[in-house]
Amino acid sequence: MRYRRRSPLFAWAFLAPSLALFAIFFAYPLVACFWLSLHRWDMLADPQWVGAANYAALLAPGSELGPVIGRTIVYSAGTVVGSVALGLALALALHRVGRVGHVLRSAIFASYVVSWVGVSLLWSYLLDDQLGPLSALLEAAGLGAPDWLGDPDWALVSLVGVSIWKVVGYDMVLYLAALEDIPREILEAARLDGAGRWATFRTIVWPLLGPTTLFLVVTGTLMSFQGFDVVRVMTGGGPAGATQIWVHWLYEQAFAYFRLGPACAAVTLFFVPLALVTWLGRFGWQHA
Amino acid sequence: MRRVAIAAAAVFALLEVAPYLVMLSGSLKTLEEVSRVPPTVVPESAHPENYSEVFEAAPMARYLANTVIVSGSIALAQIVLVVLAAYALTFMRMGPSARAVQVLVLLCLAVPPQVRFVPVYLMLARVDLVDTFFALVAPHAASALGILLACKAMRALPIEVVEAARLDGASELAIAFRVVAPMIRPTLVAFLLFSVVYHWNDYFWTLVMTTSDRVRTLPVGVALLREQGTGVRWHLVMAATVVVTAPVLAIFALTNRHLVRAFTWTSPR
Repeated sequence: MRYRRRSPLFAWAFLAPSLALFAIFFAYPLVACFWLSLHRWDMLADPQWVGAANYAALLAPGSELGPVIGRTIVYSAGTVVGSVALGLALALALHRVGRVGHVLRSAIFASYVVSWVGVSLLWSYLLDDQLGPLSALLEAAGLGAPDWLGDPDWALVSLVGVSIWKVVGYDMVLYLAALEDIPREILEAARLDGAGRWATFRTIVWPLLGPTTLFLVVTGTLMSFQGFDVVRVMTGGGPAGATQIWVHWLYEQAFAYFRLGPACAAVTLFFVPLALVTWLGRFGWQHA
Repeated sequence: MRRVAIAAAAVFALLEVAPYLVMLSGSLKTLEEVSRVPPTVVPESAHPENYSEVFEAAPMARYLANTVIVSGSIALAQIVLVVLAAYALTFMRMGPSARAVQVLVLLCLAVPPQVRFVPVYLMLARVDLVDTFFALVAPHAASALGILLACKAMRALPIEVVEAARLDGASELAIAFRVVAPMIRPTLVAFLLFSVVYHWNDYFWTLVMTTSDRVRTLPVGVALLREQGTGVRWHLVMAATVVVTAPVLAIFALTNRHLVRAFTWTSPR
């Protein structure tokens, strides 16, 4: 009895369900994706071997993927920089503010747990060019309002704004926790040495927040590179492709145009960098 | 200076809350009033029948039930599989292969759904399982994140607890679920909260894997509602948006700090 219980077979039996699911839904898809990326397939006829042609087409100058990645980087950088900066500002304002501070924190964090679909529908109404309350408000104040989602120059900016609005609570909460960890004595000593607010922030607080900032930049980058819901619900990639970002493009390639080869080639091309960013995040966080 | 900063944060908090009030107010207006420019702040008369109307205009009850079924089954399956796997990795003799399995689990964390959806869709289509609960639940039933978090919590437990239970003749299964799982309850509860909310909100995977209202969940169904017919019936869309957001906001109100912790615990601390 004792012997059997200690046999490694028991351990493998406990692990089997998870490992089987990982094999089917994580490992196999990666391999299948790579295999598909070397083929041309529309889900109807048999897949046709094309070698590296899909990659060559995607990487060729003037390929349609270039602008898509460009917009994804703009969306991602805008969302990450915006939410990190605003999250830090909010955390500094609400650090050690007692009861009122806690209420305000909860109010700001709430949108982070609400679904992207809920947030996107809500903002579709607020930003509607015909009857959107936001434009009405701005016009009542004597300011003009752009067609937030209909103007190609504004649509991506609007999506960045909505995304920052949704995720900033997360950045704020992590910064608040990090600020909590800074020993009061250090700040006290700096004050006694005559350091001003800005000098204290720049030389003491900001460096101590470094690991948190790195973590937020990494997770924010990953999250925004996977952005889809907000595009799908608010603009559908338009107007004129102005908000066509990576995952939405993938989705359309696969399920609107049935171009599975290029879609999988694009996934393969960007999987490695994304995985590296994930690992950088884990590394930076564990060794900070 | 301090007061100005707090006041500015308060103004921002108002900007975070106001859209939800607009949503609530809009959900109670008539179509004429919700489309009026400039908008009214409070509905001239409340129309709660918008809610019954939206449940007739779309199979909202079905979506709601499906969302509960899917997010509930995923969370349940994940907890069971996570406890099993983490217990094996932490307390059972596996030799050096335990380390290899842990690295494998870590690798799975780096594979987002956006990388997997095409091959998984094709695989499920081949066995005719697209548009079923299976397609929505099974691919998420094993959780790499859950295993890592549970392992971390279990490693903090004294090994004597497990050894004492073994000497008492308890089966490994009983030790895992009756002795160890209750001892890491805070971790499991936080993970459960995270998982339920995450999958309640999920749009991408469900959109890809469903083609009929039979298994569609709220986010997909509600997003479809807006595309229905000519001209958006904003009063109904706002009512539906309340239905999809209210349960999560209620969970947040009830579990406030626990939910914040559940969503932020992959933090650098």
